[in-house]
Amino acid sequence: MYDKDWQPSASLDHLKRRAQFLTEIRRFFYQRDVLEVDTPILSHAAPTAPYLDSFTTQYIAAGGQKTPCYLQTSPEFAMKRLLAAGLGDIYQIAKVFRNGEQGRHHSPEFTMLEWYRPSLSYHQLMAEVDDLLQSVVALPAAIKMSYQQVFSEYLAIDVSTVSEQQLKQLAMSRLTSLPEDWQADKDGWLELLMSELIEPQLASSGCPYIIYDFPASQAQLAKLHRSEDGNTVAARFEVYAQGLELANGYDECLDAEELSQRFTEDNLIRQQQGKATMPIDQHLMAAINSGLPACTGVAIGVDRLLMLKLGVKDINDVTSFRFEQS
Amino acid sequence: MASYSTNEFKSGLKFMLDGDPCSIIENEFVKPGKGQAFNRVKFRNLKTGRVNERTFKSGDTVESADVIETDLEYSYTDGEFWYFMDPTSFEQYGADANAISESKDWLKEQYVYTVTLWNGTPLLVTPPNFVNLAVVETDPGVRGDTSGGGGKPATLETGAVVRVPLFIEIGEVLRVDTRSSSYVERAKD
Repeated sequence: MYDKDWQPSASLDHLKRRAQFLTEIRRFFYQRDVLEVDTPILSHAAPTAPYLDSFTTQYIAAGGQKTPCYLQTSPEFAMKRLLAAGLGDIYQIAKVFRNGEQGRHHSPEFTMLEWYRPSLSYHQLMAEVDDLLQSVVALPAAIKMSYQQVFSEYLAIDVSTVSEQQLKQLAMSRLTSLPEDWQADKDGWLELLMSELIEPQLASSGCPYIIYDFPASQAQLAKLHRSEDGNTVAARFEVYAQGLELANGYDECLDAEELSQRFTEDNLIRQQQGKATMPIDQHLMAAINSGLPACTGVAIGVDRLLMLKLGVKDINDVTSFRFEQS
Repeated sequence: MASYSTNEFKSGLKFMLDGDPCSIIENEFVKPGKGQAFNRVKFRNLKTGRVNERTFKSGDTVESADVIETDLEYSYTDGEFWYFMDPTSFEQYGADANAISESKDWLKEQYVYTVTLWNGTPLLVTPPNFVNLAVVETDPGVRGDTSGGGGKPATLETGAVVRVPLFIEIGEVLRVDTRSSSYVERAKD
C-alpha cells in the first residue's frame, strides 16, 4: 500500500488561484515599469545576520575539489549588484531558503517577492507596498505608525529612552508564559514585546500596519536617519497584517564601510552563539563601493500574501507540497 | 533519559517541565522580525490537569516524560485510592482522587479504562467513550411512550445522573456516552 503523502498539500483550486495571483503581481510591476529579473539561487557567499541560517552545500568539481555554496535566504545581494550596474527599478519573485524555520507561517523553502526602486523615496515605497496590498490582495488601506508611536500607544513605552531592565520587567510581568531565566538583550526584549503584546493588538483591526523607523540597533541593511522627533533610527519598515509578518523594507544603506562593520559584528555574534560564520559577499561590497544608487527596497512573503487573500491559516494550504513531502 | 528539541515539538508529546509531566496541546513557531525564533507552547500539566503556556527559545531541549497509556481493569476502592489491575500481569495500580476526577461517575468493576501512567503512577483515568450501565433510580416509566420527547433524570449504578426518555424503567441497562454524559439507547444484550 502506498500512502497518500504524494498528493499536494494545497487544494487544486488554491494552486490555480496561486498561478493567477503571481500573474497579478507581475501585472502590477509591468504597469509601473519595473523590470523582472532572476538571479542565482546558489551563491558563494551568504548573509551574516545572526538569526538567519542559510542551507549550505558544496560544489564538487570534476577533479573532486569542493567549494562551499549557500542557498539564498533572499535575492537581495545579487539584486543590489544589478542596481549598482545601473539596471534601474527591478523586481524578482524567487524561491528562498531558511534553515530551521518551520511552522504554520513558515516553511524552510518559500517564495519571496523582492523589489528595488532607485526612483522612489522611503515613504513612497511604503505607499507602493500599500497599493500592492490593496490592489493584488484586496486588503483595506494600511495604517502607518512609527516604531516609537506604536510602543508608546500600545505599551506606554518611550523606545528612545527605555532601559533594558524596564523592558525586561514589563515582559516578565505581562508574559506569564516566559520562564524566569529568559535571556535577551535590549533588541531581544523589544522584539518579544512587539510579537507577543503589540502584534496581537494590531491583528485584531484587520487592517495592515506599516511600522517604520526601527531602532538603529535593528538596522540590518537600512541606512540610519533622523526621525521626525529627532532620534537616530533605522530607515527600515515592516508590514503586519492579521497576525502575519508580511514585509521588511529599507532605505538602503549605501556605505560599504558601515555595512562591512555590521557584517563583521554579525559574524562575531554568530561565533559567540557557536554558529558558523558566513563568508561576506565581496562582490556585493565591491558593487556598493563602486556606487550603489540611492534606492529603497522591500521583500514580501508571497505565500503569506496568498494566505491572506484566500483566508487560510497554514502556509501549506497555498504551496504545492509541504516541506516533509518535498 | 531522552530529550526533545523544540523542532520535535508536536501535539501529544510528553515532556517534563518544572518536575511535572506535561503533554503538548499546541506548538507554534514564532520568528519576530529579524530576531531570535521561539516556540509558543500550550500544554497540559498531566499531574494537575491544568492547561498552561510556556515560551521556549527555538533549539532549547526538554526532558521526555516516561508517560504511557495502558488499558487496566477497575477493581475496587478503599475510599482513598481506586485500584486498577493489569488483566495479564495482575499488577495493581492505585489511582488517587485527582487521577479519577474525570471518570469517577463511570467506574464499574471489571470494566476496562485507559490509564495514563507516569513512572508507574496513575495520572489520569479515562473512561471508554461508551459504557453500559443499569438504572438504579428514576421516576416510573411511562409505558408506550417511545417518542423520546421530554425526558427525566435517571441515576445509574455508578452514581452518574443522565437524562433519559420517559419510558425507561429502574433495572434497565443503558448505553451512555461518557464524554457528554448522555443517553444513547437501551443496551442490546
